[in-house]
Amino acid sequence: MTKQITEAISVSELTKQIKFVLENEFEQVNVIGELSNFKAHYSGHWYFNLKDADSVISCTMWKGMNSYVFFTPQDGMKVIVKGRLTLYPPRGSYQIEVRSMKPAGVGELQEAFEKLKKKLSDEGLFDDEHKRLIPFMPQKVGVVTAIDGAALRDIVSIAKRRFPIMELLIAPAKVQGSGSADSIVDAISLLNSKKKIDVIIVARGGGSIEDLWSFNEERVARAIYNSKIPVVTGVGHEVDFTIADYVSDLRAPTPSAAIEIITPDSGELLEVINENSSRMYKMINSKVRDYKDIVVSTITSYGFRSPRNLVRNKFQTLDTLIYKILQSTDVKFLIMRNRLSLIGSQIGVHDVQKTLKKGFVLVKQDDKFISRANEFVEEKPAQLKFYDNEVTVRKK
Amino acid sequence: MPKKIVKDSFETKLKRLEEISSLLESETTGLEESIALFEEGMQLSNICMKTLKEAELKITTLKNNLTELNFAEDSEE
Repeated sequence: MTKQITEAISVSELTKQIKFVLENEFEQVNVIGELSNFKAHYSGHWYFNLKDADSVISCTMWKGMNSYVFFTPQDGMKVIVKGRLTLYPPRGSYQIEVRSMKPAGVGELQEAFEKLKKKLSDEGLFDDEHKRLIPFMPQKVGVVTAIDGAALRDIVSIAKRRFPIMELLIAPAKVQGSGSADSIVDAISLLNSKKKIDVIIVARGGGSIEDLWSFNEERVARAIYNSKIPVVTGVGHEVDFTIADYVSDLRAPTPSAAIEIITPDSGELLEVINENSSRMYKMINSKVRDYKDIVVSTITSYGFRSPRNLVRNKFQTLDTLIYKILQSTDVKFLIMRNRLSLIGSQIGVHDVQKTLKKGFVLVKQDDKFISRANEFVEEKPAQLKFYDNEVTVRKK
Repeated sequence: MPKKIVKDSFETKLKRLEEISSLLESETTGLEESIALFEEGMQLSNICMKTLKEAELKITTLKNNLTELNFAEDSEE
């Protein structure tokens, strides 16, 4: 539409007319282009450029609109935006007032993913040295997940079954769509402010790459890396790998796997306890038995029996002594008897001497004393024993 | 001793139980000590089994400023 300008009009008037034309003509635009100079202001509004090889257009996206964008735009990403053209008179500039933004294709997201992955990996956020050990028997487990999601239901039911001793602390979060990245970051932060939490599970059920996108956001990765409490991620299905999975201290393929990995099974624990009980019974019984054996064998050992033996020995010695004594007594007795008879005979002899002193004579023949006349043999010589001497007489 | 047992965590109790088992198997543990250990072990064993059998999962949902909670489980910390 052209107008014949005959008079000079003001700048504002011109601008107003341009604005009218522009905004009416371009009430709805659908544009593909590459992001550049992207700035998310503190106010929440986004300001950026869309460009291609030859041209560039400024864009704005107000806070209310951009909160629906599920990913964080990055310079270089190709996006498709929908919106309308507006003209800003004070600056004489036009821009697209963007209403919606999405990646130009899944490839765009892939690229963003690879870029961030490399960036964080180079920084060392994925390093094994930084990863912490998950406690074996966690008493308190924090869970970052959607309060109404299947992931939470699964986690609760498995925890009940396997290890009801533990305590779950749930920090609810939005796990997809716009604002979810911030929500997850806040939830991790909230759990970190609580005491005595042993491990955090960040969980989300399966979904598309867009659905899981918040787990690929840089600030989520950093929140996990900076968490003082070890983080286990259980996001999506077995095949899904998010940036969060690379950063976390342990990746589980699913939320259910996450809670299973970090808890012992009560049934197994009961078995261990029972096993230990019977081991202890066995050990104490055999120990007592062993000691009993030692005591018994000690009592029956030679050392213990020897007092009896000693006594017996003593008895034997005694017997021997007594025997000896008896023997020697017998001997003594014999000696005594002999002496006695000796003395007796001496006494007897002494009696004879008295008789001889009186004048009697003892007659001997053949060395035999003769006490009867008829025993006397005249022809033989005889000895006459006088008191003082013996005299021999012969028949002439 | 009983007071201390109650305060220790489940994991600590279990570890002590295994420790007692090993000590009882050792030949250097005397008879009196063994009996004392055995008693402690049986106590621990009973407490642990009771804990496991009677345990009920405790769930606490934290409030934050992003969501409203009318979840049925226990209230916030």
